[in-house]
Amino acid sequence: MPEITMLEAIREALFEEMERDPAVVTLGEDIGVYGGAFKATEGLFAKFGPERVIDTPISETAIVGAACGMSYLGLRPVAEMQFIDFIACCFNQVTNFVAKSHYRWGAPVPMVLRGPSGGGVHGGPFHSANPEMYFVHTPGLKVVYPSTAYDAKGLLKSAIRDNNPVLFFEHKFLYRRVKEEVPKTDYTVPIGKAVVRREGRHMTILSYAAAAVTALDAATVLAKEGIEAEVIDLRTLLPLDRETIIASVKKTNRLLVVHEDTRTGGIAGEIAAIVCEQAFFDLDAPIARVTGLDTPVPYAPTLEAVFLPSVEKVAAAARELAKY
Amino acid sequence: MPTRLTHEQQLELYYFMQLNRQLEDRLVRLFRQNKIVGGVYSSLGQEAISVGTSYALEPRDWLAPMIRNIGALLVKGFKPRDIFTQHMAKYTSPTHGKDGTSHFGDLKKLHVVSPISMLGDLIPVMTGVAMAGRYLGQKIVAMTWIGDGGSSTGAFHEGLNFAATQSAPFVLVVENNQWAYSTPVSRQVPLKNLANRAKAYGVESRIVDGNDVLAVYETSKAAVEECRAGRGPILIEAKTMRMKGHAQHDPAEYVPKEMLEYWKTQDPIARYEKYLTENKIWDAAKKSEIDARIERELDADQKFAEESPMPPPEIVEHGVYCEGCHTIEAEWRRPKKEVTPPLSNAQSSWVVSDFGNFAPIKPGKESTEGGNGAESQPRPALKPPSDAEAKPEAGAEVPLRVPFGRGPKDKAFVRETQEQAKETRGRKQFPKGHGHHGKPFPKEPHGKRGKR
Repeated sequence: MPEITMLEAIREALFEEMERDPAVVTLGEDIGVYGGAFKATEGLFAKFGPERVIDTPISETAIVGAACGMSYLGLRPVAEMQFIDFIACCFNQVTNFVAKSHYRWGAPVPMVLRGPSGGGVHGGPFHSANPEMYFVHTPGLKVVYPSTAYDAKGLLKSAIRDNNPVLFFEHKFLYRRVKEEVPKTDYTVPIGKAVVRREGRHMTILSYAAAAVTALDAATVLAKEGIEAEVIDLRTLLPLDRETIIASVKKTNRLLVVHEDTRTGGIAGEIAAIVCEQAFFDLDAPIARVTGLDTPVPYAPTLEAVFLPSVEKVAAAARELAKY
Repeated sequence: MPTRLTHEQQLELYYFMQLNRQLEDRLVRLFRQNKIVGGVYSSLGQEAISVGTSYALEPRDWLAPMIRNIGALLVKGFKPRDIFTQHMAKYTSPTHGKDGTSHFGDLKKLHVVSPISMLGDLIPVMTGVAMAGRYLGQKIVAMTWIGDGGSSTGAFHEGLNFAATQSAPFVLVVENNQWAYSTPVSRQVPLKNLANRAKAYGVESRIVDGNDVLAVYETSKAAVEECRAGRGPILIEAKTMRMKGHAQHDPAEYVPKEMLEYWKTQDPIARYEKYLTENKIWDAAKKSEIDARIERELDADQKFAEESPMPPPEIVEHGVYCEGCHTIEAEWRRPKKEVTPPLSNAQSSWVVSDFGNFAPIKPGKESTEGGNGAESQPRPALKPPSDAEAKPEAGAEVPLRVPFGRGPKDKAFVRETQEQAKETRGRKQFPKGHGHHGKPFPKEPHGKRGKR
């Protein structure tokens, strides 16, 4: 089995799902002939044709609206945001039309909305966003944000087969940086299940997406200092895998949450609330967090480096936590 | 207008229009009895549009109503009880009380998509419905409505443009009822005809008398057939008038009385009744028979709704997600082989027919045309704001700034305003009853520019 990147894994998932089920169609800006801004859909047009790989105008509202309409007739559209930042342009379609459809009138919307997200590639304030929490706050949606190639493929397949609208965030810093062996066979990774990436007993580090990679690197550093951190990759933010979180906190008694999204209203706050509700007396220390700053993602590399969580920041916070 | 409809069908048009009107009349009464949970949005005077357009659709076709399209829901097969229970938030309503008004639909049998309150959003959604229907080989047409106000939303333009690039079998009915809540169409759109919106997207459009049900039907039928033959999308502008306020709470005193008087003479049901009589399609006995049937049906359904229970609190968290409650399967009407490799293989390159070069204006064309045949309408020149206009003279009537949600009917507001007026010398009292109403716009609408 050769190693493939996360980007290639996503492409494989799209190919395999479109091959498996002709109800799967894709639409978005420049995804057809050009193959997508990041080439995630390269080759799909040649194989599946313009009826299934639809180049759209620059109209995010039309993309999401049309995908929703298609899903009402039993199709399973996969819509792409060229950059996830542009999801703000179709916020109304996603949060009011799509998310509320099943609750209001029992009409499921089996669509996927995917797109490159996150910072670290000097994209500046409009090409680096992590807007996942707007949607985690929207009942009716599912929100997935993988950190490995294996998970990306398995979760995208699950998302396409899910009867609910799934927002599939792809961290663009990881697109070509994480590589691993990914089975050519059909497999899925369940939505709503976190995974323990590294076992430990001194503290739990919860994270997802690129920050999960940072957390793992930090755990390696910490291990050399005698701190054994348990690293959990959430993978899905909505619905949140509460069992895995609580079980780990009960085991390690210390919790550090790491995410790239901005601090205020980030998922760390929600997790802290859940842990306080369900495992308060298991805690030996205050819950700590390392997050993006409460600013837009800045453009200059010197500024962006301060904005993002880093191995040093995570390790420093973990050392403080270990003192309790 | 000559029609292809049989006498039976023509009487059915009357039945649906009258059913629509009587149903809404009862909703208004229920609203006054405090039995309606939310609002009632009247389509009085617009029944010919809801009924005439949707009557042109076949059962396999899809529609998505707007708030004033109860008539279309009835034509497509929903019953008055669905409308009653929805407004009364009953457990027996199509949404089990989770949403109100005409916010409901049916994917499997009736092919109706539920609207949301945000205007314009249905246009891209129904474009997607039309595209999916074509992809599956179902030969369906999708239809939705939008008001004059909603035609200014981004979703309207994104959706119509996308539908046009896709040649989607999609009919968009623009119901120009002259008012977007309190704002007249002249203050919303710098166009005489909203049909001209279509021109910008290379979309065919028609304009029809929205109070003539047969004209609406024939125009819609032709549009639906065009779309089914692959020549969509088509936009139909139906000119009409909103005869009530935005909703029941709104007395609509901003509408000039003369305007309402004029449109009263254009009432679609009265006109159609006259047509049916003059053409001997019915007689008094037949009319009574239909009217009695409507009464009977509405009596039964209203009773059902009033006696229905409210939803039990325990269902509040049900149904946020589909957890296996639905089986999702597309209805294929063409071989799947056609859309799977190798038949679906395509050349991954574009064919560009012309190279987008600049074409000079042909001599003799109007000077308002420019570049590549782009057209624009001559518009009145704007008067630049001047200081004299910005600062009204003492004693001049100052247009009142009405706080949101507070109108002339609000007694506390009137009192406050009067007190204020007493304190402020030179400022006139809030006009009561006369003079102000019926003249909502100043003579020079642009005179206050720069003051906002």
